[in-house]
Amino acid sequence: MTQQVISANRLSDGLVVYLASDDSWSEWISRGEIATDEAAADGLLARAKLAEENRIVLDPYLVQVAEDDGEFRPTKYREFIRATGPSVRPDLSKQNFVREAKG
Amino acid sequence: MYLYDEIDQSLVDERVVQFRDQVSRRMSGELSEDEFKPLRLMNGVYLQLHAYMLRVAIPYGTLSSEQMRKLAWIAKKYDRGYGHFTTRQNLQYNWPKLEDLPDILAELASVQMHALQTSGNCIRNVTADQYAGVAEDEVADPRVYAEIIRQWSTLHPEFSFLPRKFKIAVTGAQNDRAAVKVHDIGLIVKRNLAGELGFEVIVGGGLGRTPFVGPTICEFLPEQHLLSYLEAVLRVYNMLGRRDNMYKARIKIQVHETGAAEFTRLVEAEWGQIRDSAVDLPAGEKERIASHFVPPRYEISADAEDVLARLKREDAGFARWVDTNVFAHKAEGHAIANISLKPIGGVPGDATSEQMEAVAALADRFSFSEIRVTHEQNLVLPHVRKDNLYALWQTLKSYDLDTPNLGRVSDMIACPGMDYCSLANARSIPVAQAISERFADLDRQHDIGELKLKISGCINACGHHHAGHIGILGVDRKGEEYYQITLGGSGAEDASIGEIVGPAFAYDAVVDAVETLVDKYLAIRADGERFLDTYRRVGKDPFKEALYGAA
Amino acid sequence: MALLKDRQVVTDTWTHVGDDAEVPSDAPVIVTIARWRELRDSLEGRNAPIGVRLSTGDGPDAVLDDLDRLDLIAIPFDHFKDGRGYSSARLLRERHGFKGELRAVGNVLRDQIAFMERCGFDSFEYEGGTEASRALSAFHDVSVVYQTAADRRASAATLRNHPSRAFSNGTSG
Repeated sequence: MTQQVISANRLSDGLVVYLASDDSWSEWISRGEIATDEAAADGLLARAKLAEENRIVLDPYLVQVAEDDGEFRPTKYREFIRATGPSVRPDLSKQNFVREAKG
Repeated sequence: MYLYDEIDQSLVDERVVQFRDQVSRRMSGELSEDEFKPLRLMNGVYLQLHAYMLRVAIPYGTLSSEQMRKLAWIAKKYDRGYGHFTTRQNLQYNWPKLEDLPDILAELASVQMHALQTSGNCIRNVTADQYAGVAEDEVADPRVYAEIIRQWSTLHPEFSFLPRKFKIAVTGAQNDRAAVKVHDIGLIVKRNLAGELGFEVIVGGGLGRTPFVGPTICEFLPEQHLLSYLEAVLRVYNMLGRRDNMYKARIKIQVHETGAAEFTRLVEAEWGQIRDSAVDLPAGEKERIASHFVPPRYEISADAEDVLARLKREDAGFARWVDTNVFAHKAEGHAIANISLKPIGGVPGDATSEQMEAVAALADRFSFSEIRVTHEQNLVLPHVRKDNLYALWQTLKSYDLDTPNLGRVSDMIACPGMDYCSLANARSIPVAQAISERFADLDRQHDIGELKLKISGCINACGHHHAGHIGILGVDRKGEEYYQITLGGSGAEDASIGEIVGPAFAYDAVVDAVETLVDKYLAIRADGERFLDTYRRVGKDPFKEALYGAA
Repeated sequence: MALLKDRQVVTDTWTHVGDDAEVPSDAPVIVTIARWRELRDSLEGRNAPIGVRLSTGDGPDAVLDDLDRLDLIAIPFDHFKDGRGYSSARLLRERHGFKGELRAVGNVLRDQIAFMERCGFDSFEYEGGTEASRALSAFHDVSVVYQTAADRRASAATLRNHPSRAFSNGTSG
C-alpha cells in the first residue's frame, strides 16, 4: 500500500508545506493527510490544485511516505530534505524528527 | 567603482515599483504563475527546494562596504542571517518571502544594487577578474568594459527572450582568473602592435551538459566596436539559436553545430551592417565610465615591506596566511588580500551577516571601502597596504575568515546542491565539508600545493566541476547519491574540460577516492608540478589504476 | 483580444483571413505568408491595405522583396519565450526601412509590449491577464533606456554626453 501526502510551496513565502485534512497547509509533514490508495491520492491532488488556483500554494504534488519508528517520513531523500531543511544546517531544521542527515 | 547617476538610479527605482506591481498582480490573481514566473526570474527570484531564492547581482564582483553592509542587514532582517556567494560573483539569499521581495529590492536599490537579469533567458551578470584594477599582470581594467556591457545588456529590448541564459566574462590579464574560455562570450583585453586596446573574442564556451572550451572568433576587436560586435553575436544567436530543446539551446551548441568558421562568418556579416551605427558608445561615454575605475590614492609607507617581513618572522600563522592568500599588487607597498570563505568543514561560499559586516568594516579600514567577490566563492580586499596586513589578519581570525587555503584542496567550489537546489541530484556541500576535514592539516595542504577541486550536484555544473583539476559530479543512481570524478579540467587561460576517470563512487566512498588521487599525485609528481601538471604529463591511467585497480 | 496601437486601445480595422477563406477585395486584411505567396500577384491591384502574417521562425527574408507592397506585417509570438520576433521587427524597421504597421500577434503579454515597441512594433494583439487599458501603463514602467533601438529613443549614453539633445517621446517608425 503506497502512502502519499501532498507537498507544495506556499505562494506568499515559498516555504514547503503539506496538505492537512482540514485543507490547511502545514510546514510539518506529520500533519500531512495520508492517502492510502489511488482514489484518495487523486482526491488530495484535486484539493491541492484548488488551493493552487486560489493562490495559496504552487506546484502541489504527491510525495511517497513510509512509517519509520512511529513517524511518517518521505521515502526519497530529496523529499526528506524538503521536509526537514538543508542537511548541512541542522539549526534550520523544522521537523518533529531531527534525525542525523544521511552521512 | 562605478557610481550611479540619476539615470542609473531611475532605472533600478522604477524596476522596484514595477516588480511591486507585478507581485501585487500575482497575489490578486491578475497574473497567473505562468505569466509571473518569467517576470520574477528577470528580477532574480527563483522558487527553490525550501523557499524562494533571491540572487542579487554584484556586477563584475565589485562591492562597496556600504553595499556589503546592506547585504548583511537584508540577511538579518529578511532572511536567516546568511548569504551564499556564487560562481558568478553574485549573492544568494535562500529564504526570502515573496511578499517581502519588493521591499528587499527597494533596500538594494537604495545602495545602487539590484537583482536584474540574474535569472531567465537573458544576458546575466557580467563577471570579471577579481583582481581587476590592481593586478600586476593586467593590460587594462576589465571592469570598464564589464560596466559598459552591463548597461547595454540591461533591459535590452531585443535580447530579453533568448533561447537560453547568456553569460559574459571579461579578463584584463592573460592569466585568466575569470574563466572566460568557458563562458558564452569571453573577452580578453589586449593591445595590438600599435598599442591600441581591443579584445580577443571567444564565443561558445560553457560547462553544463555539454562542456566546451570556446573558440576565438575574433583575434582583435578594436575597443570602440565592443557593443556593435556583441550585438551582432547576440542577434545571430537570438535568430538562429536552437529553441526546440532547452538542453541544446545555449550558444555553445549553435557554435558547435554550425561550426566556428561559419558562425564567425554570420557574426561578421551582421556586424558589417551595424559596426558604425549608433550601437557603439558615443564619444565621451567610455571615458565617463572609465573615470570611475581609477586607482585610489595609495599612501606609500616607506617601511611597509620591512614591517611585513618582520611580522611574518614573528608569527608563523600570519606568515602562512600571507604566503597563501596574499597576492602581488601593482602599487608599491600594497597587496591583494584574499578572504577565504572555505573554513575547514564549513559551507563553501557562505557568509553570516556578522562576517559580512566584519568584512565591510575591514574594507573601510584597510581597502578604501572596496571588496571583491571571486567566482571561486571567496572575497578579496584589493587595496591593502602591506603594513596593515597583520591587523587585517588578526580581525579575520576572530570571524573565522582567516583560513590560509587559497587555491588549496580545501578551497573548493561547491554548488548548493541537493541541500538547497531543486535541480540537484545529489548533495555537494557535505561532500565538500568531508573532503575539507580529511585534508584539514594545513601543512599537508601546503605540500599538495595548488589543487582546484570543484563539486556540482547535477549536470548543470554550477559548481564548475568540468573545470576542476579534480571535478566531482553528483548523480542519482536508483535513489542513492553517487559521485562521478573527472580529472584535468581547468578554467584558466589553459582551459580544458576534465575527463571522467571511471565509475561513480557512493557517498561514503568519494572522500577516500579523492585522497587516493591526491596520494597518487604526491607519489609520482615531478619537481614543481601541481596536480594538474602531473595529470597532464602522465594522463588518466595511473590515477584510474589507483582508484580501481589494474585493468 | 484587444488591439493596442500607438499606446491606446483601438478598434481593429484589420481582419485575419484564413487560408481557405475568400480574400475580400475592399477591406484591410492580413493573410498568412503562404497565402501571400500563392496570391501575391493577384492581390497587387487591391485598393485596400494588405498585410502578411509571418510564420513562426520566419525572419525578415520572408518578405524582403515585398516591403513596399505591404501595409502591415504581423510577427507571431507563439510563446512569450520565443524572442525571435524582436530581432525580426528591428531588422524590418531599422535595416530594411519598413514604413508600414508592425504588429505583434500571438502570446503577447503586458510586460513585453514596452520591449516590443522599442523593437519597432507599433501595434499589439494583446492577450494578457491585465485589462487592456491598464496594460498600457507598461509603456511607462521604465523611463530610461541604455540602448539604442528602433524607436530612436535617446539612450542614457547619448543623454549623458549630449545633454542638450531632446528626449524623444518613444514612438517608433
